[in-house]
Amino acid sequence: MSASALLTDTQHASTSEPVTPPDQRERFYGLLPELIASDPRAVALLADIGAGYVDVPPGLADRVINVGIREQLLVSAAGGLALAGMRPVVHTFAPFLVERPYEQLKLDLGHQGVGALLVSAGGSYDMAGAGETHFGPRDVPLLDTLEGWTVHVPGHADEAEAQLRAALPGEDRVYVRLSGASNARPYGSGPSMTVLRRGGRGTVVAVGPLADRTLAAVEGLDVTVLYAPTVRPFDAATLRATLSEPDVVLVEPYLAGTSVRPVAEALHDVRHRVLGLGVGVAELRRYGSPDDHDAAHGLDVAGIRRSVTRFLS
Amino acid sequence: MRSPTGYADLAGLMTRMTGDEKHEPAATSTLDVLWVLYDRILRVDPRHPDDPDRDRFLVSKGHGPMALYAVLVARGFLDDHLLDRFAGYDSTLGHHPDRTLVPGVEISSGSLGHGLGLAVGTASGLRLQGRDARTVVLVGDAELDEGSNFEAIQYAGRAGLSGLSAVVVDNGSASHGWPGGIAGRFAAEGWAAVDADGRDHDDLERAFRTAHPDRPLAVVAHVEPKGSPR
Repeated sequence: MSASALLTDTQHASTSEPVTPPDQRERFYGLLPELIASDPRAVALLADIGAGYVDVPPGLADRVINVGIREQLLVSAAGGLALAGMRPVVHTFAPFLVERPYEQLKLDLGHQGVGALLVSAGGSYDMAGAGETHFGPRDVPLLDTLEGWTVHVPGHADEAEAQLRAALPGEDRVYVRLSGASNARPYGSGPSMTVLRRGGRGTVVAVGPLADRTLAAVEGLDVTVLYAPTVRPFDAATLRATLSEPDVVLVEPYLAGTSVRPVAEALHDVRHRVLGLGVGVAELRRYGSPDDHDAAHGLDVAGIRRSVTRFLS
Repeated sequence: MRSPTGYADLAGLMTRMTGDEKHEPAATSTLDVLWVLYDRILRVDPRHPDDPDRDRFLVSKGHGPMALYAVLVARGFLDDHLLDRFAGYDSTLGHHPDRTLVPGVEISSGSLGHGLGLAVGTASGLRLQGRDARTVVLVGDAELDEGSNFEAIQYAGRAGLSGLSAVVVDNGSASHGWPGGIAGRFAAEGWAAVDADGRDHDDLERAFRTAHPDRPLAVVAHVEPKGSPR
């Protein structure tokens, strides 16, 4: 990640000019000391990533633990802290938080019967120039193999903040997936989906930071658009309550098809069709910018419109 | 105060658990360490297994838990009739222990290399809460092959986690060995590290009572090599 991304000015006054939405990760770093201070059980666990950006007051220093570049320990220690009654807030880039210590998530949280608040950064390819080693499109599908995870995919820093504040006091397993991409404004912080538009020819579920471009992509199409800032548990009730034609398109910023199964479960008694858009499983072996990767995976406005139109025609 | 059931009864309790012969060497290698910990060191009370001020004993090396179950019976955490259904479908006692099923078991283990990291977290949490409870984690010499242990050993040493103790039961079962010994590896990372005879109860007690006010303690408990007769 680049330092410049974190230094983006987020304090623009609201004007008619399009403004850069506040950066989710920057919001998290700014909020973290307050979260820790607000709950005596809260402990932040870092593995170097973010340690230089969190401004820790001296009185809280012992509850912000940087274990160094040790991601297995990062998650195991979270499990141990939870066993001692603490509430760990665990942060690093998505592949190092979910893929490298996957067995620690499974055993040192799940199998111990304890929880933690995991906060990832980097999304699927925020650091496009960094390449495959720093890409994280497999985080949500991997968490789907484990029991009891709530998965938030905020589309705006305000949503992320609300989700973090709500998750801190609990004891459950929560994953907040921060992205470098954001919508221009918040649409809701879950856990229910927000109805952005109603239409008669099918439903498009836009997840997190893909909402604005999905709305642009379906302009003029007679579809319902639902906004999902929380994908696990999947909000089957809103999908069913707003269903017109049982044709459903998922627009997800991680591995394509990840939420096809919960949609199928939600509509188990309805003959339906579902299309899962998202990041392809094949390695592109490309660098560039996130926009380049969005276009390559069909997650830009043109790509989403092309896929939705073809599916509904 | 002595427990209602003594060390001499452990062997009989262990024979009631059958069907896990594969792990038998692992089970017996830990027996004396477990007994000394529960009989002389740990502040745990079967009447209050969830006391927040209790010492925590984490068996990282979950293989061969018969010795653990036998000691938990002897110390009053478990009813002895549970042993007879060992690893049955309706048994709470498996070939690897599950903390959510067995009172007195602090972690669910079996996959090697998880307990030290968990213990680092628990010891850190107890320190943050201002409790002087001890966190003791048992690992095996072969288990140290897992690299995750070294993340925990390094960090615990740098953090001066004095509430943490590791006991490494060394029965020489690591495929490639530990040239120069195991204690030196902990010492290099800033631990107090002592060797002990893993069958000598007084020597083990001495090792566990080693003063380590500003750093974690490693006790390397040497027992006869795996596969050799006792």
